[in-house]
Amino acid sequence: MSADATAVPAQQSPPTAPEAVRIEGLHKSFGRLEVLRGIDLTLAQHEVVCLIGASGSGKSTLLRCINLLEPIDRGRIVVEGEEISARGVDINRIRRHIGIVFQAFNLFPHMSVMGNVTLGPIQVLKRPRATAEADAIALLERFGLADKRNEYPDRLSGGQQQRVAILRALAMEPDLLLLDEITSALDPELIAEVLNLVRELAAGGMTMLIATHEMGFAREIADRVCFLDGGLVLEQGPPGEIFSAPREPRTQQFLQRIVEAGRL
Amino acid sequence: MGAGSRASRILTGGSRRPGAPAVALASTVVFFGVLGLVVVSSPGWPRVRDAFLDAEVFAAALPDVLRAFAVNVRLFLIAELLVLVLGLLLAIMRNLPGPVFFPLRLFAVVYSDVFRGLPGIAVIYVLGFGVPGLRLPGVPRDPFFWALVALTLLYTAYVAEVYRAGIESVHPSQEAAARSLGLTRIQALRFVIVPQAIRRVIPPLLNDFIGLQKDSALVSVVGVVEAFRQTQIRAAATFEYTVFLALALVFLLVTIPLARLTDWLVARDRRRQLAGGVR
Repeated sequence: MSADATAVPAQQSPPTAPEAVRIEGLHKSFGRLEVLRGIDLTLAQHEVVCLIGASGSGKSTLLRCINLLEPIDRGRIVVEGEEISARGVDINRIRRHIGIVFQAFNLFPHMSVMGNVTLGPIQVLKRPRATAEADAIALLERFGLADKRNEYPDRLSGGQQQRVAILRALAMEPDLLLLDEITSALDPELIAEVLNLVRELAAGGMTMLIATHEMGFAREIADRVCFLDGGLVLEQGPPGEIFSAPREPRTQQFLQRIVEAGRL
Repeated sequence: MGAGSRASRILTGGSRRPGAPAVALASTVVFFGVLGLVVVSSPGWPRVRDAFLDAEVFAAALPDVLRAFAVNVRLFLIAELLVLVLGLLLAIMRNLPGPVFFPLRLFAVVYSDVFRGLPGIAVIYVLGFGVPGLRLPGVPRDPFFWALVALTLLYTAYVAEVYRAGIESVHPSQEAAARSLGLTRIQALRFVIVPQAIRRVIPPLLNDFIGLQKDSALVSVVGVVEAFRQTQIRAAATFEYTVFLALALVFLLVTIPLARLTDWLVARDRRRQLAGGVR
C-alpha cells in the first residue's frame, strides 16, 4: 500500500494482522479449584504479549493449556488456524510448533547441551543427526553458548541453563514460544543474559506469550500486556497504558504492590 | 570425606571423644572374648570342633567346592543378564499409557505380585521337576535350564519393582519437558525417563543381585550339582562338615565385594547430592 515497507505491527494488534493464537472461553479446574474461568485472548503473528498478575492468577496454567500439557475443561484454543483443543487432534504434532520454556529449566540432566538441543529435531522432526547438530551449533553460536555444547546441565550456571532451555525449544523452529516465568528461579545477576536472549527473539519476530514478574522487562518488550486476576483477563492494552494508567482497581492495586516492592 | 571417615564412623559410632577408639577396641575384646568362652566351654564343643573346624579337610575340599561353584557363577551371571532386560521390560509395560495397553499393565502387576509372593524354592521345584516331567517333545529336560528359568522369573519380579521405583522417582517436569518437544510418551520414557531411572537404581539392583547369587544354591534341590550340592555330597560321604565352611567362604568371596561396591555407589551418590548436583 504505502512505500513504508518497514512498518511494524501497530501496538493494538489490529484485526488485519494474521492471527497466531485465539483463545475463547477457556476454563480449567484442578479438582474444585477453578484456575481459569473463561479466558479470551488473541495473539497476532510476531506479537509479544506479556501476562502479568499475582501468583495463582492462572498465568502458568494458561501457558500449559496452550501447549496441551494440561487438558482443558471448556473453551477453544486455535493456533495458526487449527483448533488444537478439538477431539482427536494429534497433540504430538501440535507441540512441534509450540515451544515452552519452564521456570525450573527442566533440562535433561543426563544429556549434554548438544544432546538437549538436538533431541527434538532428531527424534521428532526426524532430521539426520549431522544436520541437527550443525543446526544446533549454529544456534548455540548465535547466542554465545557454542563453547558449552559438550557440558552437562549441572556444570552450567542457572542463566546458562535457562538459555540452553530456550534454545532447546527454538531448535524445533516453533511458530509460537511460551515462556513461563523463565527468570523467577534465577539469581538477580543472571537474569539479564536470559532477558537479552528474549529481546533478540522479539526483534527477530518470534510470536511469544510470556508470563513474567519482571515488570520493567514486560513494559519494554511487550506489544501488549494482559493482567490476569482470578482466572480472567481483567485488563489488557499497550504497556504504556497498563503500567501508567490502569483502569481496573485490581490492576492498580497489583501494580501498587509491585511499586512498593521496588520492582517497577 | 572418603572411606577413612566412614570406617572411623563404624569404629566410634560417631563419637568424637579422644578415647573413643580405645573404648571401641576394649568393648570388642570383652564382647568376643566372652562369646568365645561360652562357645568353647559348651559341652559339645570338642565334637563340633572336630566336625566343622578341620584345616586339612578344609584345604582338601576347597578346590572341589570352587570347581562346583563355577556352575553357580554361570547360573547367576546368565540369570542377571536376563533379569536386567526382562525386569526393565516389565517395568515399562506397567508404565504404558492408554486403555489399549490395559492387558499388558495387568500382566505386569499380576506377574510382580505372584512371583514376589511365591517361595523361591517352590518355583524351582515346580519348574525343575514338573515341566520336564511333562515329557513334551522339544522341551528341555536339563535341570540347569529350568533352574535358570526359575531364578530368572523370580528375580525379574523384584528387579521390575526396583526399575519402577526408579522410573517414578524421575520428576514429572522431565516428562513435561520431553512431551513439550513433541516426543511421544514412549519416546519420553526411552530417551529421558528410563536413562535417568537406571542411573538411580544401580545400587538397589546390585542388592538384588547379591540375593540372586546366594539363591543360586537353592537350585541344588532339583539335582544341579553346584557348589552347595557338591558340599553336601562330600559331607555325607565323610561326615566332615568343615566342607560347609569352605562353601561359605566361596560365596562370601563374591557377595562381599558386591556388597561393598553397592555401599560405595550409594555413598558416592549421596556425596554428589550433598555437593549440590542439580537434580
